[in-house]
Amino acid sequence: MDFGLSQDQQILRDAVARCLADTSPLEHVRECAGRDNPLSDTIFGALHDLAVPAMLVPEEHGGLGMTLLDAAVVAEQLAYAVTPAPFLASVVLAPIALSEAGTNKQKCQWLPKIARGEARIGVAISATVQARDGAGVQFAEGKLSGTALFCLDFEGADAYLVADAGGRLHLVPALASGLKATRLTTIDRTRSVGELSFAAVETDPLADDGGTASARLRDAGRVILAADSLGAGQAMIEKAVDYAGQREQFGRPIGSFQAVKHMCAEMAARHEPCRALVWYAAHVFDALPEDASLAACHAKSLTGDVHRFVARTATEVHGGMGFTDLLGLHYWFKRIGFDRQVLGGPEAVRAEAAALQGWTRAA
Amino acid sequence: MDLDYGPQYDAFRAEIRAFIDAHRHLAPPSAIRFSRPSAEAIRWQKLLIEHGYTARTIPAEYGGYGAAPDILKLRIIAEEFSRARLPSGLANQGISMLVPTLLELGTDEQKRRWIAATLTGEVVWCQGYSEPGAGSDLANLKTSARIENGEFVINGQKIWTSTAKQADMIFCLVRTELEASKHSGISYLIFSMDIPGIEVRPLKTMTGHAEFNETFFTNVRVPVDQIVGQRGQGWFVANATLGHERGMLGDPDALENRLQALIGLMQQESIGEGRAIDNAVLRDRLVALQAEVTAMKCNGMRILSNSLKGEPGGMAKLIVKLQSCEVAHQISALAIDAMGEMGILYHRSPRERDGGAWQWNYMFQLGLIIGGGTAQIQKNIIAERGLEMPREPKLARISDEAKGAAGMQTDRQGAA
Repeated sequence: MDFGLSQDQQILRDAVARCLADTSPLEHVRECAGRDNPLSDTIFGALHDLAVPAMLVPEEHGGLGMTLLDAAVVAEQLAYAVTPAPFLASVVLAPIALSEAGTNKQKCQWLPKIARGEARIGVAISATVQARDGAGVQFAEGKLSGTALFCLDFEGADAYLVADAGGRLHLVPALASGLKATRLTTIDRTRSVGELSFAAVETDPLADDGGTASARLRDAGRVILAADSLGAGQAMIEKAVDYAGQREQFGRPIGSFQAVKHMCAEMAARHEPCRALVWYAAHVFDALPEDASLAACHAKSLTGDVHRFVARTATEVHGGMGFTDLLGLHYWFKRIGFDRQVLGGPEAVRAEAAALQGWTRAA
Repeated sequence: MDLDYGPQYDAFRAEIRAFIDAHRHLAPPSAIRFSRPSAEAIRWQKLLIEHGYTARTIPAEYGGYGAAPDILKLRIIAEEFSRARLPSGLANQGISMLVPTLLELGTDEQKRRWIAATLTGEVVWCQGYSEPGAGSDLANLKTSARIENGEFVINGQKIWTSTAKQADMIFCLVRTELEASKHSGISYLIFSMDIPGIEVRPLKTMTGHAEFNETFFTNVRVPVDQIVGQRGQGWFVANATLGHERGMLGDPDALENRLQALIGLMQQESIGEGRAIDNAVLRDRLVALQAEVTAMKCNGMRILSNSLKGEPGGMAKLIVKLQSCEVAHQISALAIDAMGEMGILYHRSPRERDGGAWQWNYMFQLGLIIGGGTAQIQKNIIAERGLEMPREPKLARISDEAKGAAGMQTDRQGAA
């Protein structure tokens, strides 16, 4: 019995944290966030040196065969440094999809390249959670038609993984004929998302598994977004506490006023249990797959709510400075906003959690 | 991350399950809060001690089971009795607070005389800490004990003395050193509630019941050897046990049981043709609370693992009392909302659900949020010990500064 991170995971966490402290300082984040394609090749290169892209690729395909909990540990650090680097889709979801539902040919073609950091795959499964604006992709006669929104790790992707209306995953090269890719701009300029329109595009489908693999991607994606939210929340709480200890008004640090102190204590009290929950959800994804979907829903919805509270409260602790661009606090605020909405906001995710437990009566 | 307890512990778990199957019929019905344990409850308690399922690590010479400390086994016992919905032994203030204090700081004679009888439930204790003027600022207590003819003579008043009516004994903080500073003039006394001069008045609360009392002392005479620790050391003696009380209020199994009861209620309560759980808004709140409870259970496992490794609990532990009480309170609030108009039935009304327990809990849990270190005091602790934020300047310093700034307008944010 050991509920916590292993020594290896702690070493990984510290190595990634050191790497990002060097490669993802706020000045670099600002610079990236001002570009159309914010994803930083320097940072991705440094992460590649730590073998991050190989983490979830199975060993037989040149990867490290690590677990989702390992990935969650990295995700937390990426968010802590508001890192503008591809991760969720290209490092986590694509390897999971290919390992669990890819054909042998697909695995051999893509997994070694992903592990070496030579190929990046964007992932578009948003419509399997909630189709907005009539989004949805149909698979008929071997071709894809329709629209997929919120493709993750969009810029610079060599190919996209797209879920069709039946939940089956498809691999489509970025340059496929009939595919139109359009950038979407979100509040969070450290992430890259886009829209894919398909007009009878040739596809290379993954296994016809009745949506099993895309459901696994939803679970994994939610856990990683929850871990990201955790890291961003941790950074915001630390920044608020530091600021409150330095900023003086009425002749003393504002952090010695109970009104301010209690804001920080409330953030910490709500944030801390999220850490154990995220670890648990990440762990069961590999170790207890029957509990994975519910745990992922819990982690995603709770971090979504708790860190919305943290984001606004930490900003308020900073007073007027928190509201300006000078401190860059808003990058974490927006990262948390992104994490909350993508792959289902708290209400949508909780509705799924209820259905999973048979609490929703068939109409 | 490893959620398996391992074969040795699986065997221990199987042993408890077998015990429960064989002895379930002997278990007393769940106790009425604050009542004296029934003869049945005392028999059950003795049976549990005999098998090492309660008072497990207390030395056998003092009436415990005498096992070596093993946090995982304690955890498994708690899990299994909770799962079987059986009382896992008495949990009163004598057992949770006085016994650990005596074990740590009592004389051998005190240990022999009181621990065994307290563990079996034959001696019931109440706690005399808070006073009308000493709540969050407990060290401000005024109840005094002067020495006269080899006896303490106690005068003053305590409040929030639950079970004072039923108690045989009290463990009580009194001021023995009038000239000493606030924290070093206090002593920790133990004495009988039958001594002349003690008057117990029930303190009726918002629930409509008198779960607590006010206890008055007029020239109560107690032999000087009925002290735990040294004279003037009572504050430090008591602080050892306050930690135990806070631990007691944050039991993740208790939260899980309340949640399961809520789920059951929402599946039973009807709204028109449907059930409460079919209402999307109520169901959303239910799942949100389920996530909170799951997080607190995971947080509990994390604390457990930390203590297994000999690491401090850190922030994960500091937040338990505040968060657990808050989540428990929200569970009761949702139950009331799920019942709609039925949720207000109380005082043994026709159609009342579960004996009015949800409303009682909703109100009583507000008491728990306030008691045992108010939510505001908990937040100070989280901020100052957990986040290392600056402490509130001492009042004396503020008033000096205010004098210095005489005539100027001062803006101050007051302490709780």
